[in-house]
Amino acid sequence: MFDDFMVNTWIAATLVAGVAGVVGFFVVIRGASFAAHALPLSAFPGAAAANLVGVDQLIGVLAFSGFGVAGISQLGRRGRRDVATALSLVMLLGLGALFLSRTTEYFQAIYALLFGEVLGVGAQDLAPLAALSAVSIALTLALFRPLLLSSVSPELAETISVSPRVMEVLFLVVVALATAVALPVVGALLVFSLMVGPASAARTLTSRPLAGLFISAAISIVTVWASIALSFASDWPIGFFVGALSALGYLAGRTWAWVEIQGLSQFRRSR
Amino acid sequence: MLTRSEVLAVRQASVSLSGHPILKDIDFALNAGEFCGLIGANGSGKTTLLRTVLGFVMPTSGSVTMEAGGRASIGYVPQKFILDPYMPMRARDLVALGLDGNRLGVPLPSRGRRRKVDEMLEAVEATPFADQRIGSLSGGQQQRVLIAHALIRRPRLLLLDEPLANLDIRSVAGIVALLRRVSRELQTTVLLSAHDMNPLLSVMDRIVYLAHGRAATGAIDAVVRTEVLSRLYGYHIDVVRVHGRVLVVAAEGEGDAQTAIQRDPVHVAQVP
Ligand SMILES: Nc1ncnc2c1ncn2[C@@H]1O[C@H](COP(=O)(O)OP(=O)(O)OP(=O)(O)O)[C@@H](O)[C@H]1O
Ligand SMILES: [Mg+2]
Repeated sequence: MFDDFMVNTWIAATLVAGVAGVVGFFVVIRGASFAAHALPLSAFPGAAAANLVGVDQLIGVLAFSGFGVAGISQLGRRGRRDVATALSLVMLLGLGALFLSRTTEYFQAIYALLFGEVLGVGAQDLAPLAALSAVSIALTLALFRPLLLSSVSPELAETISVSPRVMEVLFLVVVALATAVALPVVGALLVFSLMVGPASAARTLTSRPLAGLFISAAISIVTVWASIALSFASDWPIGFFVGALSALGYLAGRTWAWVEIQGLSQFRRSR
Repeated sequence: MLTRSEVLAVRQASVSLSGHPILKDIDFALNAGEFCGLIGANGSGKTTLLRTVLGFVMPTSGSVTMEAGGRASIGYVPQKFILDPYMPMRARDLVALGLDGNRLGVPLPSRGRRRKVDEMLEAVEATPFADQRIGSLSGGQQQRVLIAHALIRRPRLLLLDEPLANLDIRSVAGIVALLRRVSRELQTTVLLSAHDMNPLLSVMDRIVYLAHGRAATGAIDAVVRTEVLSRLYGYHIDVVRVHGRVLVVAAEGEGDAQTAIQRDPVHVAQVP
């Protein structure tokens, strides 16, 4: 499990999990789960397109995430974000269907894009992965306060000259970067669970924003480590464990929050 | 132009939202340290006027002039919004964001920052719940935290949009007394919107009374009068004073007035 070629896997998985946990914190407190679900799915055809054109997959994924961001933020300008998100998703998935029908890829490769291929990370994949991870974490930490305030109230942010529109676009850019990092490793469908599960659990465990962000990253990393180990031991696909453990974390978080709120209201009543 | 003592001057300002005229020829000025009530029924344009002062909305004609500093010297408490009960944020975190929420980077522990936040929490009497989640606080407690958030930059002008709505009588009195006190201590001009003027009668230096998109402005006694408000509404209304309270009552049988009364919970609520 700790052979030479597995070392790459552990490093890549840790990077991906860290990024998903950090970015996921804002996905959850901004209530942007749908965008975080749609962006990886709309980026996935990008990998197919890249294969077709003959460029690196990562470039295709980045380009399509970019289209997704542009679509969601431009269409969402007037009107509801969820409608804009759904529209962008449908358009990009349509393109994806077209590209996939043109490629000669094996079913296996497409399956890997959807569900991930943690055990297939090569040494040459690590450098771009590390660079992208560094950029998206740095960007999230740099924007920490403006993002936080605009999540609480766009109007409060605007009052101290933080444009909620600019913050929304930058936030989507960060999600797109995180998608590009995570998609080749954990797959389009599981990026989402890694972004939402650990962060939802984290926000119930602490009432401090910065601590919440780090706890989210920690839970995400532990989830991925455990999934690799379990997948190695059981020979079941890693995606199953990532999805199941994230959901478990989320449920545990919700239950904990529920218990806490119940306890609080009883405490209030008893006074 | 502003005279020397003026902090804000709204001159003949008209505002339209998506092509619909909402406010027309609004004209008033506030002096340093003044407490002004912006009174009007639901939909009369209170929020629109405050957003115009903030520069979020541009007047179609007329002007809004703020003392040097512009928006940077305005604090704003928006009309009630929902604070997510799961948001991992304590009252003190929200107050600190008022100070440096527009800065880049994560907040590093700093003694100066901590002291400013503690002082502000103390000033609004929010110290006892400073470490609780904002979403778990009561309406009155949240209002205090939002006031601290808005005041921590020591703005020259504090705008509050219906900060007294949904509060019980005791909390209303508490918030009004708090605002009067901090506005004196910090020399902050306060412009506060409300649909009921009564809790504010003892503290207002000036009133801007909105109806049908127009405003009557001046000292309370000059504005809250039968003939002035009748002219503003465009039909006869009576201003009645009983037990130190002011009731604005439409005349019986006034067809137009009946609809005004229905739109205007102030009037209905005030009739004993
Ligand atoms: N974007 C918009 N486009 C067109 N009309 C609008 C828009 N926003 C608000 N209005 C209208 O402007 C009028 C004033 O609205 P505003 O929110 O300023 O009133 P208000 O006095 O704050 O009301 P409330 O007491 O309910 O908060 C209302 O009639 C409203 O329907
Ligand atoms: Mg309003």
